[in-house]
Amino acid sequence: MIEVKSLNIHIKDAHILKNVNVVLPERQITCIIGPSGCGKTTLLRTLNRLIESTEGVKTSGQVLVDGQDIIRSGAEITELRRRIGLVSQRPCPLPMSIFNNVAYGCRINNLCKGKELHRRVEENLRSVGLWDEVKERLHAPAARLSIGQQQRLCLARSLAVEPDYLLADEATSALDPISAKTVEDLFVKLKEQYSIIMVTHTLRQALRIADHVVFMYLGEVIEEGCAEQVFHHPQHELTQKYLTGAFS
Amino acid sequence: MKKTFPKQPRRGNTHEVQLTPHKRSAVWGDHSKPKARCGAKRIKEALAQTLMWLSMAVVVGMVVSVIWTIFSHGWKAMSWEMVSSLPGGGFYIGKEGGFLNAIMGSVYIVGGSTVLGLLISVPVVFYLNIYLKPGSKLAYVARMAFDVLFGVPSIVYGAFAFTIMIFFGLRTSLLGGIIVITLLIIPIFIRTMDEATREFPRDILDATYSLGATRWETLKVVLRQIAPGIATATLLSVGRAIGDAAAVMFTAGYTDSIPTSLSQPAATLPLAVFFQLSSPIPEVQDRAYAAALVLTVIVLLLSITGRLISNKFSKNKV
Repeated sequence: MIEVKSLNIHIKDAHILKNVNVVLPERQITCIIGPSGCGKTTLLRTLNRLIESTEGVKTSGQVLVDGQDIIRSGAEITELRRRIGLVSQRPCPLPMSIFNNVAYGCRINNLCKGKELHRRVEENLRSVGLWDEVKERLHAPAARLSIGQQQRLCLARSLAVEPDYLLADEATSALDPISAKTVEDLFVKLKEQYSIIMVTHTLRQALRIADHVVFMYLGEVIEEGCAEQVFHHPQHELTQKYLTGAFS
Repeated sequence: MKKTFPKQPRRGNTHEVQLTPHKRSAVWGDHSKPKARCGAKRIKEALAQTLMWLSMAVVVGMVVSVIWTIFSHGWKAMSWEMVSSLPGGGFYIGKEGGFLNAIMGSVYIVGGSTVLGLLISVPVVFYLNIYLKPGSKLAYVARMAFDVLFGVPSIVYGAFAFTIMIFFGLRTSLLGGIIVITLLIIPIFIRTMDEATREFPRDILDATYSLGATRWETLKVVLRQIAPGIATATLLSVGRAIGDAAAVMFTAGYTDSIPTSLSQPAATLPLAVFFQLSSPIPEVQDRAYAAALVLTVIVLLLSITGRLISNKFSKNKV
């Protein structure tokens, strides 16, 4: 379980996240929704501390991953990031072969090698439904795959290092509708084993797959709760307006 | 809250819109009218095209005439003996021998300085782009410094190295040549690779970090992506290194033998060209062109191999 407590993020002079408090439950899909520029991606990038690579960023507050504060404690950052996978908006395969894309994470984390590595690559490519499409050309450059296949490859790559959480930053928005559906279905399947936190711009997508919803507006969390409640009985006026399409 | 939209014009009837003749020509590319305007346009187009062709012809003509001059003069003096033997006793008055000393000296100096240059500049580029945050002041100052160094003439490097060698009481040597040429090409290496690395997609970095990579472990990924940039940088550097006469004159010196250790002086092809071309004897002058021909062929071969290697490494580029 990830708990965010009074998190504030400043980037240079801008106050990006304002006193954010949320609880992201385990083995569920949490959708973070809200208009552009409301801090969804910043929140997501704080969860695996990628935000630190941004220039002029100041963080205060707590982010507790399974009870451990990842911002303050001397938590090993690489181990943290291994446990919290990220699937970005645009698929970005590494400049290597299909096989090595999935194997890279296992190699740098010393998870396995040799036959075991092969088995793990196959297993993860199967779990994203890519194995049958690529088994004949595992050593071809990953960049030659179609964009939908690339995104599934990125997902397989994230899964191969055995994370507990998966962050997805609009992971389907750059894909064609059919690939988007495939990836979306995958997330639904994966929630049995992983806790998935996804940022989405598509309300309908959130409606389809979310178990838990966080609505953000201008850096603040306006409303959070289980999907049923937020979508059908929103408590806050802003949430109602956003859900009815008054602004986006 | 209900939103109202301003009425949109109906779509799909653009062909019914009344256009003035002037507008029609702009839309449909109707060149027949109005005539006066069109004539002026054609003249401008023809003029521009002629100028471009002329510029092209000048450049191509220059390249062809350079190659022709080197070839026509050099071919007379070219022989297997020229590229396979050391200068004999009367070589510089047109008698027996060759300039293998200069070929090997150039190969040693260029090989050594390229390896040394790569070993120094790859970490610098990596540090500038991956370790320093974007917008870092140190990176800004460093890049400016490399720009300045890029523009320093090679004779200045030569003079600088010469001063230092005198200070330490060193004599001209292969090592001195390698070091000064390394200094000369490092800015080229860094600048060219830096350009390639700055285009490196941030997303890929984030992806490797998200898998638990340290910055050091991303090196493998970055190197694969910028392999074509490294190849280009190497080609540019080698081209500059092999052709430079001014920097090696004071540092590597000149000798009629092939150096067998780093502390011995070394001859180079550009200096071979220089010394022989300043001779009053026509046969010796032709040998200068033969040396220039060898120099050109080496650069050409290196370019082709460099491209092939780069293509092989860049097949994985995203």
